[in-house]
This record gives sequence, structure tokens and C-alpha cells, in this order.
Amino acid sequence: MLTKRIIACLDVRDGRVVKGVQFRNHRDIGDILELAERYADEGVDELVFYDITASSEGRVVEKSWITQVAKRINIPFCVAGGIRNIEDARIILNNGADKISINSPALENPGFISELAAVFGTQCIVVGIDSREEMGDDNHSVYRVYQYTGDATKTIASRRETLNWAREAEKRGAGEIVLNCMNNDGVKSGYDLVQLALVKKVVGIPVIASGGAGDYSHFADLFTATAIDGGLAASVFHSGKIQIPDLKQYLASKQIEVRL
Amino acid sequence: MIAIIDSGGANIASIRFALERCGQIAHLTANRTEIEAAEKVILPGVGAAATAMDTLHRHGLVDCIRGLRQPVLGICLGMQLLFERSEEGDTAMLGVLKGNCHHFVAAPGRSLPHMGWNRIRNIDHVNGNPLLVGVPDGAHVYFVHSYFAKLSSYTIASCDYGISFTAIAGNGNFMGCQFHPERSGPVGEQILRNFLAL
Repeated sequence: MLTKRIIACLDVRDGRVVKGVQFRNHRDIGDILELAERYADEGVDELVFYDITASSEGRVVEKSWITQVAKRINIPFCVAGGIRNIEDARIILNNGADKISINSPALENPGFISELAAVFGTQCIVVGIDSREEMGDDNHSVYRVYQYTGDATKTIASRRETLNWAREAEKRGAGEIVLNCMNNDGVKSGYDLVQLALVKKVVGIPVIASGGAGDYSHFADLFTATAIDGGLAASVFHSGKIQIPDLKQYLASKQIEVRL
Repeated sequence: MIAIIDSGGANIASIRFALERCGQIAHLTANRTEIEAAEKVILPGVGAAATAMDTLHRHGLVDCIRGLRQPVLGICLGMQLLFERSEEGDTAMLGVLKGNCHHFVAAPGRSLPHMGWNRIRNIDHVNGNPLLVGVPDGAHVYFVHSYFAKLSSYTIASCDYGISFTAIAGNGNFMGCQFHPERSGPVGEQILRNFLAL
């Protein structure tokens, strides 16, 4: 049986791993290579590196560390941040990344997803979606996609609704979606199970949950209440509040298929 | 020398780095003479079957690969290329292994691509296969694919995703892993070491 994936996200800013609350006030928490190796050794299933400043500053992710990570770890990893053209993507994949994740540039130009999929194959194209629940005009809540979330001063609401955007991303050739539920990000009160289940129902590609993990039970809730393929978290892993081996054992004890 | 055939895919660096972790320097090449002279050959591949076959044709490598006598390991799409045809773009492939590659059937709760860690089952418990020395039955490895080869007499290890399919294939010197050993943790590294030790 395919396991549920536990994914550690390393938000990278100026070559260091940082973490903020609800995308603001980032603080330094460590060295990229040290953290990558630690997580691989502890049995995390995948790593994601987000250069959180790259997209809003209009530059591509700085790449020298990608090769270093690829040389040292033997689990898959994804690189995100300001990838705006085929050449950016090619350099990152050729340096050893397994997947690339695009977010704001895909919103600017949805055709970019199709271009990337045609050149590199859908399997390595991840579309990240930053989504916030809002009150719509008719007093019903809607899930809206946000753009340039790496920098609080530049973050804007896009005109797109999350469910439609997820469908479109899949149709254009995304191989996976990482859905970051912004209302829950950094709050540690659990994943947004309602929103995640809705998005998972409208696409056939894997969907990874992001935003809200604060305790072991939140992962069990995610995998029992939804068909979501993986749970991503950052600060609870970096702080040591959740230990990867303990989390895997805990999930296995709940009859959730994981890689031990 | 280990030759990694340049099939135009983008994941080649991670295979090269994995071989380096096993203490082997690998050479990325599309040169027929170099490939024929290599002790072992790795055929990687990501993306579409037709694109990869086009690249092999363009470099004049199709007959070269078919004629290799040293151990050859196809990885992911590289394993599928060893078979005769793929449903992906109805592509004619190398045909050193009999059989075709098929698309998974989508189902509720079963995402496609088949992406992530899944268990492989050792088919030949009694005699064992040299590729699986030190690999526990039911070990998890990392898959990313939407097409698969059915179980056959070539199947060394199987995997289940709605259907049982070939996770490791082998016939004589031609072998292949549907998963990514270079990204499959210590288990994948053991399989690569086993291949290098053949």
C-alpha cells in the first residue's frame, strides 16, 4: 500500500532556514544542509525547500545549495521559489532536485504549468496554492488564492477561487498540489480538514496538506478524515515538538500506512 | 567505468550523486563507444516515453543498447524503455524485454501519478536475486509514475497499487527498477550497491 507521506518544509531566506507565523516575522532556525541531513536520517519521506523571498523579489532561487543537498541526501526533495521560465526549472532539476514547485508565476501565467509539464513531465511539476477562507459577496465563505505570500507587504488576493485553480492546475499538467491553508498557518491548531477534503475531491493528482500541524494527533486526523496524500509541516519539526520517528510510530499504531 | 546514458531527462544528477555515495564515479554520456566500453550501464529517464525514445534514436543508441552484454539497469522510465511498447503515446521502445507498459486506471482515493513510498515484494524467495541481497521483503521504496509493466516471468519484485505490477524486472544482463533507488533511502542504496557488485 502506498504510504502517507510526512514532508518537512524548510523555508529558506538568504541561504538560511527560517520560520514565521502566518507568513510574517521570520526568524532564523538553522543551516540548510544540517537540517536536510537530520531529517533524512530521521526518516522523513520528502523535503521541500521554499525560497520564500524569491518570488516577491522577482529573482530565481539561489542554487548553489541544491547540489549540496542532492549529494548528501537519498530521499526526494522539491525546490520552490521564483521559478519563472523553463531555464530556471532546468537548472534546478539538473542540479539534483526531484521536483520543482511553482506558485505565484503560475498565477501570473497558467500556461507556464503546461510548458513545464511538456518539457519535464508532469511527475516533477508541483503547484503550490496559498489559500485563505474569506467571506464572499453573498455572505458565504469562499476559498481564495493568494499571491506573493513570501513577503507580507506584497501579498495580494488573486481573483481566483481555490477549487477552480486546483482543477485548472491539474488540467494544465501539475503532478501534485501543495495546498497551504493560510488561516491555519503557524497557528498549530490542526490542518483545515474541510478545505483539504474539498480540494482532494476535485482533483485526481496527489494533494499535500500544509498549514496548521501542531501535534501528533493532527496528522492522524488528516489521514483518517481525508484522502490527502501527505502532511507537510515546518516549525513543529524544527523545534523538535514533533519527532519524525515518534510521529511515524504513532501513525502506524493508528493503522495508518507509513514508512518506518 | 559506469556509464549513465544521457536520455535527456532532468533527474540524472541525483543518480550520479547516489553512485558517488556508493563510491563509484559515473560518466554521463550519449557516446556509443563509451557506453559499449563501460563496465555497467544505467539508463535513466523521466518524462514521456516518446521523448526519451526520440533522444535515443537521435543519438543512434537504440541498436547500441539492444546489443549491450554488460549489466544494464533502467530506472523509472528507463526500466519501461526496456520493454516493447508503451501505451504512453503508443511508443515503440527498445524491446529487450517482452511485453508492454500500461496506464494505471484511476480510481477514487487512488491518486495518479503513483507518487510516494510503497512496499516491494520479493518474488523469488527461494533462490533470491542478487539485486535484492540485504533488502527485506516489504521494504519501502520511492515511486513516481503513471505507467507500469505487468507481472511476468521477468518480475523480480512486485508492488501493489490497485493492481500488482513489476517493481524490479530482469532478464540476463538487462534489469530495471520502476522506482527511484537513488531516492529510496538506505534500501535504494543497497539495491544500487547490489547492481554495482554484479
